[in-house]
Amino acid sequence: MSKDKREPVTLKNIRRIWSVFFVALFLFFFFSADFSRMKGYQVGLFLQADPLVWLAGLLTGWTVYTGMALALFIIVPTLFLGRFFCSWICPLGIMNQWISRLWPGRRRAEDYSMNEYRPLFRLKYYILAALLALAAMGSLQIGLLDPIALIHRSFIISVGPAADLGLGVIYQRPQLFLGGALIGALFIALILANRHSPRFWCRALCPLGAMLGVISLGSVYRIRRDVDKCTDCNKCLRGCQGACDPQGALRIAECHVCMNCIDDCPEDALTFGVPEERSSIHAPLDVNRRRLMETAVAAAALYPIMKSSLTGETTAQAAVIRPPGSLAEPDFLRRCIKCAMCMRACPTNVLQPALLEAGFEGLWTPVLINQIGWCESHCVMCGQVCPTGAIMPLTVQQRAGTPGKAPPMKLGTAFYDRGRCLPWAMNVECIVCEEVCPTSPKAIWFEVKEITNRDGSTRKLKMPYVDPKLCIGCGICENKCPVRDKAAIRVTSVGETRSKTNQMLLGK
Amino acid sequence: MTSSLRKTEQDMLDRRQFMKRAAGLCAGAAGAAGVSWIASSDAPVRHAAEKIYTLPTFGAEGTIHPRLAIVHGADPVTMVKAAVDRMGGITRFIKPGEKVVIKPNVAWDRLPEQAANTNPLVVAAVVQLVMEARPSSVVVTDVSLNDPLRCFDRSGIRQAAEQAGAKVWIPGANDFRSANLDGELLKVWPVSRAFLEADRVINIPMVKHHSLCGSSLAQKNWYGILGGRRNQLHQNIHTSIADLAGAMRPTLTVMDATRSLMANGPTGGSLNDVKVFDTIIAGTDEVAIDSYSMGLLGADPATVEFMEMSQKRGLGVIDWRSAGFVEFSV
Ligand code: SF4
Ligand code: SF4
Ligand code: SF4
Repeated sequence: MSKDKREPVTLKNIRRIWSVFFVALFLFFFFSADFSRMKGYQVGLFLQADPLVWLAGLLTGWTVYTGMALALFIIVPTLFLGRFFCSWICPLGIMNQWISRLWPGRRRAEDYSMNEYRPLFRLKYYILAALLALAAMGSLQIGLLDPIALIHRSFIISVGPAADLGLGVIYQRPQLFLGGALIGALFIALILANRHSPRFWCRALCPLGAMLGVISLGSVYRIRRDVDKCTDCNKCLRGCQGACDPQGALRIAECHVCMNCIDDCPEDALTFGVPEERSSIHAPLDVNRRRLMETAVAAAALYPIMKSSLTGETTAQAAVIRPPGSLAEPDFLRRCIKCAMCMRACPTNVLQPALLEAGFEGLWTPVLINQIGWCESHCVMCGQVCPTGAIMPLTVQQRAGTPGKAPPMKLGTAFYDRGRCLPWAMNVECIVCEEVCPTSPKAIWFEVKEITNRDGSTRKLKMPYVDPKLCIGCGICENKCPVRDKAAIRVTSVGETRSKTNQMLLGK
Repeated sequence: MTSSLRKTEQDMLDRRQFMKRAAGLCAGAAGAAGVSWIASSDAPVRHAAEKIYTLPTFGAEGTIHPRLAIVHGADPVTMVKAAVDRMGGITRFIKPGEKVVIKPNVAWDRLPEQAANTNPLVVAAVVQLVMEARPSSVVVTDVSLNDPLRCFDRSGIRQAAEQAGAKVWIPGANDFRSANLDGELLKVWPVSRAFLEADRVINIPMVKHHSLCGSSLAQKNWYGILGGRRNQLHQNIHTSIADLAGAMRPTLTVMDATRSLMANGPTGGSLNDVKVFDTIIAGTDEVAIDSYSMGLLGADPATVEFMEMSQKRGLGVIDWRSAGFVEFSV
């Protein structure tokens, strides 16, 4: 059959429809992951179905946390069909593919070389080895480069807020994020890398792609080339997304199963299926085992180094205030994949991607910065959307406690800076902190003191104090304090419910 | 020979090019001079002049009616209607086609029974009554202290207002305009757009305790029209309240004293601090309304600084009995 007449229902076109669907679904979940829109949508679906998160989490936490078994829906088909995830489902991969088309100036001949396999593409296997070696030691750094975590983080922290400056419909209020420009710049670099070669990220860097590639090594269904029909015209390279040599010995671990080559072949020499008598041979996985071992060992060696640095895990850190329901710091770091879903759902923008406050391991994990927002005392949104259980899903009751029975969740404790506090330092009336304190009875109380003014006259003023037993560390006092640049009352992590050691008071 | 001829051609070409380039440079220089002439200014940075708004007066016409209607009862809908009817009916306050803005207290992320926000049933009752006057729009709005979406949802006020036919509007970061409040202390402040665009404004505060100034009532409820760093107002809260009450003269005030927060205000949180009064106080004199309400909280209005200030400024009378009132049960 000749390819003169264009058939509409080809595998390639079916793939295109799915890819549009999944990108749209990703954008819909991104849009919906907040208090007013969530309404039971499974907004973390992509993260829960991510095989790399599944595997790395299994290595660090020894559990498949609720919902993560969904990854089997990707892993099992990959065993039979190859890396279809990359061009059918992965929003980052598909977006990369679309963006690659923005550089159309290439000549046709050049087009082919753009899609040739390069030894550089081995890099992703080494990245995967390094991340998994670290995970096996107990440090979860997968989120730095896992494509699903990466695209969520990039959208939530940089692309979304930037777009919303013009649109104003995504977030409830303009969002500010610590180091958002860095996350944005990395995302832009990743997009621009498509100029080097299409889908540069997927081909050279993506650890999930590497993992799926390895899983697909034994797949039965794959692109098969009929050596008799093939005239070696190389036209199949024109749209090849994986750069997997369909014109020669196919590299199955590189193939994205995009099906473009089948349509591009004028001789009908390519099919997707089981091998036939005249099918070409396939190339083995192109990695240097020695190098692989070296990278893994080097990464593993990083572990004791990280564990002997000063971090929120080794020593309590004042600024490492975690959202309510967070696991104790060592466990938290074993679960959090830096996806930023919690930051998307947070109504006040208080959740921020840490830079080095929590140590290198804690890069981009959520911490509360009360100058930007505060933790609403009856909100449990972040735990609802966290896909990994780093923040456990709480009920409002669990969070707020039951008077006389269960104490409320405590994130830290507020402290007065009497040198900055208006009544304490300047004889000026204030106690905004007391007004907004949400506990009942209020953790902030005051004493009416008679004070002497500069001119010798006296008057009565309300002097605020914190009752550390009642303070839940929500930070609304810090946020609403009129001393704007560095509040006169500030929360630090001490007393947090999740830690046994970061405590200051004797007994309860 | 040929070579010299070529050279001449090239020379000519160069000369033409030179002329072109010189012309271009001159044009560029003239352009730069022009720009610096047009844009020359004493100001290092150019900003568009900011428009300063003033708050309209929303007051109702007619003085023959009682200025206070105190109604006891169990059903907010009948209570609100009865109160307003005794004051001349809703058509006295709202004319067909007018834009009505209703300002309950929706400051906190609290449940209705915790009595930290206006009772949603009272909000619904007022909206329902206002709808009878056929206004062109009814908007329920506030500037909350907690996250506004949570406040409106969990207080039950969004649902109550929307079911009764009003639109809930939450101001965004760009919805504030500078307005001159012309007070003793408060001059130009960012004010929520809704209040600058309204024809009529109805205040629906509630009765609650407040540590700094004793109580949070009708006049204090106008904190909720402000944006910006309004937490500075605490530094002189009495003057701030009187200034706001002077700047914001509503058409009608309906005080919700169905249940009140007696302690740990203004946030509350415990049901033990809630006391039921089953009372609505409608009126056109906010000072008198606040004065009556303070009585419910067990406070003496005569000793409260902002009350005295407001009375002195002619905003109303502390002795509510002298304001002309009716009191009855339904
Ligand atoms: S619980 Fe606190 S930190 Fe978590 S989403 Fe809600 S407000 Fe943000
Ligand atoms: S804590 Fe936040 S960033 Fe970490 S995995 Fe959970 S949702 Fe993602
Ligand atoms: S709000 Fe700030 S300045 Fe005012 S009393 Fe509290 S800590 Fe002091």
